Amino acid sequence: MNKKVDGQNSRILLSEKVKVGSKGPVNLTVADPNEMFFEAKRKPAFLTGSEVIKEAIRRANLDMSVAYPITPQSEAAALIGELFSEGYLKEYFRGESEFAVMGQCAGAAFGGARVFTTTAGPGTLRAMENFPMWAGSRLPIQVCVTCRGINSPLSIQPDTLELYYMLETGALVWHAETAQDLYDWILGGFMVAEQPDVHLPLALACDGFFVTHTKDNVMIQEDEICLPEYDPYRSPVPCMDMEVPPIRMMRDPFVMKSNYISYMTHASWQQEVRAAIDRSRKHTKVIMGGSLIETENLDREILLVSSGTAVSQGREAIRLLEEEGIKVGLVKIKSLRPFPFEELREATANAKTIFVPEFNVAGWLAREIKACIPDNQRVIAGPHVAGGMTMPSEVIVMEIKKGLGMKVEALSGRG
Amino acid sequence: MSKEKIALCEDLADVMPPEYQELVATATFGNQDRGWKDIGSSKELIEQHSLCAGCPESIAFRFIMSSIPNPEDSVFVGSTGCTSLVFPQVGIHNIHSLFGNQNAIASGLQRALAVRFPDRVKDVYVLAGDGATVDIGLDMTMQSWFRQEKFTTICFDNELYANTGGQESGLMQKGFVAKMAPVGKKFEKVKLPEIAFESGCHYVAILTVSKPNRVEQAIRRATYVAREFGPTYIQLYTPCILEIGKQSMEGLDEMKDSESIGGRFVMRELMTDEVKAFIKEKEAEDKARRKQAKAVTA
Repeated sequence: MNKKVDGQNSRILLSEKVKVGSKGPVNLTVADPNEMFFEAKRKPAFLTGSEVIKEAIRRANLDMSVAYPITPQSEAAALIGELFSEGYLKEYFRGESEFAVMGQCAGAAFGGARVFTTTAGPGTLRAMENFPMWAGSRLPIQVCVTCRGINSPLSIQPDTLELYYMLETGALVWHAETAQDLYDWILGGFMVAEQPDVHLPLALACDGFFVTHTKDNVMIQEDEICLPEYDPYRSPVPCMDMEVPPIRMMRDPFVMKSNYISYMTHASWQQEVRAAIDRSRKHTKVIMGGSLIETENLDREILLVSSGTAVSQGREAIRLLEEEGIKVGLVKIKSLRPFPFEELREATANAKTIFVPEFNVAGWLAREIKACIPDNQRVIAGPHVAGGMTMPSEVIVMEIKKGLGMKVEALSGRG
Repeated sequence: MSKEKIALCEDLADVMPPEYQELVATATFGNQDRGWKDIGSSKELIEQHSLCAGCPESIAFRFIMSSIPNPEDSVFVGSTGCTSLVFPQVGIHNIHSLFGNQNAIASGLQRALAVRFPDRVKDVYVLAGDGATVDIGLDMTMQSWFRQEKFTTICFDNELYANTGGQESGLMQKGFVAKMAPVGKKFEKVKLPEIAFESGCHYVAILTVSKPNRVEQAIRRATYVAREFGPTYIQLYTPCILEIGKQSMEGLDEMKDSESIGGRFVMRELMTDEVKAFIKEKEAEDKARRKQAKAVTA
């Protein structure tokens, strides 16, 4: 269980080398991220999720991105290519597969670059071996996961099953509900992932199509400002650029040796990666408005707890239920790793029944919640939709009524 | 990296390990005419090794580490296998990440270093076994050549998977009986040098490590060409004496046999006329510089 960390009034810590006001890429000026995120004037922009990724990356002072086509992230990856052609990032190319792309991103990060890439569904699984390696090597790469179904049968539709596989990779995992979350967290994500006491990869998830392919109003910075550049010498492990002494790292290589020291080295480093995830809480809360969760009406006996666009559908379901006199509260989980244990225990303290709507067949979020709160028979894992099915608010309404023992009419013909 | 970066802090000098003290005092960082002849008279960039006694890979490591012309600004990328047992003991930054992705890592690394140090030469080398290079990693090996990534790929060809206990690999000879090839390997040794040349490598060399001057020459040529033209490839026969049933003392003979007339490791180099002319010019420069240095010391 984590201790509660107060995120209010905290600030993003910066490298001493940061020169606010210096020249960034193209016409941008380096800003203090605290001012950029919380004080700078913003203007509305009506954009698709893919365009939102582009606008965030434009201001991220990025060194490098590697792209590979897979629906639904292809457009975002190509738009980042446009930014490269305009000079907003210094290097960009198409890799040959997601496994290779994540290796290329790792190589660049080992060499001290700020790196961003995007993937989805089958691509996330093809790349999977890389993510624990990123975390173990303490590479603060950001990968935007635009969730999509996993084969078989073939699906290119929205589905969040891949996030279940991501949870124990050692990466930070955040789940954006809206285009605004996506925009703010891409920029904030670099600042959290690059902190010396964190220095871990970030998998920033959003729901494919629902977020990437729909237009939404997003508030973006009015001025031509960008993040400070990445300082690779704040890393807790040496940057592999031969600019720090190349001392022999071990007296005896521990790999493949069957002795206690080798087990100990591996086990303690894995624990350290988990501890670094925990240490990210205090930085993450600053980015996420003070807490890893967002809540409404916690005094109610029925709660909807979810992440991603299932939360949006939940908000509408709550409105529909309210019309019938059924009062339901809401918890939006923003960060899956670190997981908001203590926050959830507190938020669900008064709830008698907790519904967890999800866009996947496994119901992994319900399992996570069940594993962290007392009296977990209160958790009802559902409703579930998968493989691209939409989750109409009426389906959530029906699930809640059923859960309360009320009579419901079948929603025949509804996805 | 300049030599000052490895200098010792005076107050702490006496508690630094002797290996590091030697590295500061006598390693050949910064000497562009370093070579295999420095072995024995200066600190080597490899500190012991945990390979089998008499393993040709260990001597290959020593020759390579002494031959790279720019060690103070070189980074190695390895892969899982016997090489990953040695890399932790090398006085040069080296990256181990996964098995088979070494050329992908090197692609990202070389580009990042080029972005971060536009006015400096940073050499990147891949050093991996034949399983990593030709089997599991072939896609990424060849794609990095297609993309004209500017680094050198070195393959330690021992014609099998050594670290996992002697299984069949793509570079194994046809007919060889090994684990996972219980009735003998069914297909020919993959012709990777030719594939490399056709895939866009500007300099390709295949040889054994029986003669250090040849290894040194190949490494220097591959490095120079990778800086100016694009990908280069070196395939070194480093027989796994353990898995082919040889004694510790027999590695050198095995290599000499394989490079005698008609053998599969007769030294070959593949390059275009343009690259050949470039190498000639570069080596004339090196020679003149060495001659001048000799004259000054004399």
